[in-house]
This record gives sequence, C-alpha cells and structure tokens, in this order.
Amino acid sequence: MTNTPKTKVLVSDLAKSFKMHLRDGLEIPVVSGVNFSVSAGECVVLGGPSGSGKSSILKMIYANYRCQKGQILITDGDEIVNVADATPRRIIRLRETTIGYVSQFLRAIPRVPALTLVAEPLMAQGVAEDEAFERAGNLLSRLNVPERLWQLPPATFSGGEQQRVNIARGFIAHYPILLLDEPTASLDAANRAVVVELVEEKKTQGVAMVGILHDHDVRDAIADRIIDVTSFASAA
Amino acid sequence: MSMDIQSSEDLPLLQVSNTTKLYGGRIGCKDVSFDLYPGEVLAIVGESGSGKTTLLNSLATRLTPTSGSVNYRNRMGQMRNLYEMSEAERRMLMRTDWGFVHQHPADGLRMTVSAGANVGERLMAVGARHYGNIRDTATDWLGRVEIAEDRIDDDPRAFSGGMRQRLQIARNLVTAPQLVFMDEPTGGLDVSVQARLLDLLRGLVADLGLSVIIVTHDLAVARLLSHRILVMRHGHVIESGLTDQVLDDPQESYTQLLVSSILQP
Repeated sequence: MTNTPKTKVLVSDLAKSFKMHLRDGLEIPVVSGVNFSVSAGECVVLGGPSGSGKSSILKMIYANYRCQKGQILITDGDEIVNVADATPRRIIRLRETTIGYVSQFLRAIPRVPALTLVAEPLMAQGVAEDEAFERAGNLLSRLNVPERLWQLPPATFSGGEQQRVNIARGFIAHYPILLLDEPTASLDAANRAVVVELVEEKKTQGVAMVGILHDHDVRDAIADRIIDVTSFASAA
Repeated sequence: MSMDIQSSEDLPLLQVSNTTKLYGGRIGCKDVSFDLYPGEVLAIVGESGSGKTTLLNSLATRLTPTSGSVNYRNRMGQMRNLYEMSEAERRMLMRTDWGFVHQHPADGLRMTVSAGANVGERLMAVGARHYGNIRDTATDWLGRVEIAEDRIDDDPRAFSGGMRQRLQIARNLVTAPQLVFMDEPTGGLDVSVQARLLDLLRGLVADLGLSVIIVTHDLAVARLLSHRILVMRHGHVIESGLTDQVLDDPQESYTQLLVSSILQP
C-alpha cells in the first residue's frame, strides 16, 4: 500500500438525465454539477431522499449508466482512467481488478450454486479454486447462510438469504474501490453488524468506498463523510 | 472470467470494417464495423429480420459481403482479409480455428453417424489419426457437455433436442478453436434445457478463453453470456457498448423499446 495515490475516485462536473423515447422524448433530469472525491480507506455516504439520484451516481461510477457530461477519474494502479469515456474492454478490466459493486439484488444464474457464485470474483482475479471456495465458505458462515444451502442455486432462497449471498460475493475479493448500494436493506441486526465489520476491515485495507445506506445506525457506524445529493439536483 | 483479455496480446482477433451485404437492392446489413479481442464475447441482438444472421454469416464466410473487409488474426499472428484467402484456406479455418454453432443442430451435425464420430471427425480434420486417442478425446468431450459415455455409439437422431445441441457444441469445441460463431444456440429449447445449456456455455467460454460472436433475440441470454452488445435494426447497428450499460441505460428509441418489451416472469 506504499506509494499508492491517496485519491481513488474523483468525480467532477458530472451530469445525468434520461431521455424517454417511448414518452415522446421526455427528458428527465437526474443530477448535474456532481463534484466529490474519495480517498483510500475512506467511506463516503451519499445522502438524500429516494429519487434524488444516489443510485444513478453509483451506477455511473461503475459505468452501468452513461453520463452526459463530466469526468469520473479512477486510480487504477499507476494509471488514471476516466470511466466516462473508457472503452468497454477497459471497464471490464476495471471491474475485475479495481472496482467492486455490492447491490441489494442478486442476479441468480440458473444451476450455479451459491458457493460458486461467491467464489467467482476471486477466481477471476486468479485465486486457485480450492482457496476461493474455502474463503467463500468462511464468508457465507460469517453472514449466517446455513451450509446446507451452499451447493444450491440461490434462485429459490429467501430474499434475505439471496441478499447475504450477494454481499458475500461483493466483499470476497479485494478491490481498491468498492461501491455499496444499500447492502444492509432488510437485513436483521446480527447480519447488519457483520456488514459493518466487513466495511471496517475494508477500510483498514485502504479501500475507498462510496455507499448508499438508508439505515441510520449503519450509516453512523461506517460513514466518514456524508454528501448531500440534493445539492446536485438538476434544474427541472 | 477473463485474465485472458489482458494477458493475451492487446491486439484484436477480428477486425470488421464497413461490412455490407445487399440482397439485390435490399439491405441485409450495412456498414458494420467493430473489433473483437481475444476472450471477448460479443452479442448481436435485434428482432427477426434486423440483419443479425446475415451479419454473422458475412463474418463467418458463409455469405460473401457486397463490400467492406473482415480481417482475422491467425495463430501465427498474421492479420488476413478473409475474402482475399483462397476457398481452401477459408475451409481449413472453418474446420480448425473456428466453430459455428447453428440454431438447429441438424445443420451442424452429421445425423447419420454416431455421436463419437461427430466429435472425432473434427479431430481428424486437424490431423488426429490414432483411433484410441480420438475415441478418448471424444468421450472426454461428451462428458464435458454432459452426455453419458454409453451414448457415444448412438447417432444424434436418437438424441433429444437439448442433447443434440450439446453434441454440436462438443463437435465445435474439440479442436480448441479461437473463435466461435453461434446463431441462436438456445432457440427452440425448453427453458430448463436452455438453462442447462447456458450454464454449460458460460463455463466453457470462460475456461477456454474463447472469443465468441453470438446472435440472439433473447436479451437475458445476451446479459448472461456477453461482455459487449450490438443492437441491430433494419440492417444497421444502432447502438453498441458494454452489455449491462446498453440493457440498463439504453439510449436509442428502438433499444428502449426492446428492453421495455421483455416480460418479467
């Protein structure tokens, strides 16, 4: 961790709107003039009511959404990449090694067991299968997913179980930047506490995090800074 | 999925520029350009008649484009225009370096010879001569596509649709191709059979680091298998990019219509 630049994410003058062609080209402004940065080991939480554009900002950083304007600079080793205009191949590489995303919803894949789903991001980073499965098992245990479920595809799991599988998948590998999209929504207190621990561990490893967290207790426990997204509201 | 994308040289495997196929005055596909890199899976989506299959066939030398060029990097690292090669060279490429998985297995299999021979035939095309080795490799591949060993001497007419499709995949992958074309490989299969095939394809593509161009009208298949996507309409590519970006934040009117037309189970 020596010599790595401190700023991991730098967002400047970012703007997003949706154009709904099926509604006669209706233009829906989301955010504009978004400016903030995140340093290594810091957890920045985006605050503001539903619909204020928090998720859109997170998705733009992950390149899941496009942006109309501005820059999203990501520190990738000794390179700086602007996600706003990077090629698809560059983004795929960033997602394998540099940016992780923990969402609330699991996209189950037919026939793939929970344990494999969780181990996959590690194997993509070159970790041997045995070790990846062992670490996946440990993490699922910490998140109280019963061992009898590990070899089953999660499509039929309860909502909470699916979410915990997804959290394990999101936290298992090391990414210098981690995006958290309401990872604790609908979790019970014991599991919320595990997520708080996981975030603290990432911080000590120098991971820069941007999160959306509606749960006040969790937010107070992990946020180093809260950015009010309503200040980026687009003039409608 | 792909340490391959970065480790294997940073040069495209296939370079497509301004590929156009006209049927008389009618447009099959027009001015299509893209690069495909090693280990990359590209999906071509669009509704029936949008030119997906015409484009695929024009890339795979099954149709001769009216204009434009398609360059392919062979195993020696030389970039060659496919349509400046001799017919014999192209056929050799198709038999060894490339695979083509048809929607209907009967178009890609020899229905009157055994499953083992269907797989072994491709091996013989690349010079395998030892019967025992060929049979062992064929058995191994049937296992990888989940066809029981005791079915090796049956011919594909005795197989179900899903088994035939898995056999077609084994036949194509046994020679360790660099590039595989797939035309609606899961079309016409029951959903449970489709799920099994998708899981299999997903695993094989990742393990073998294959480059794939897959035509599908099923956006869920595109999301599951591909890194990048081309959306076609009336023979033109109207939108392209990272698969999840195009599907989650479509920009073009037609893409928005396609995405919003999916039924949620």
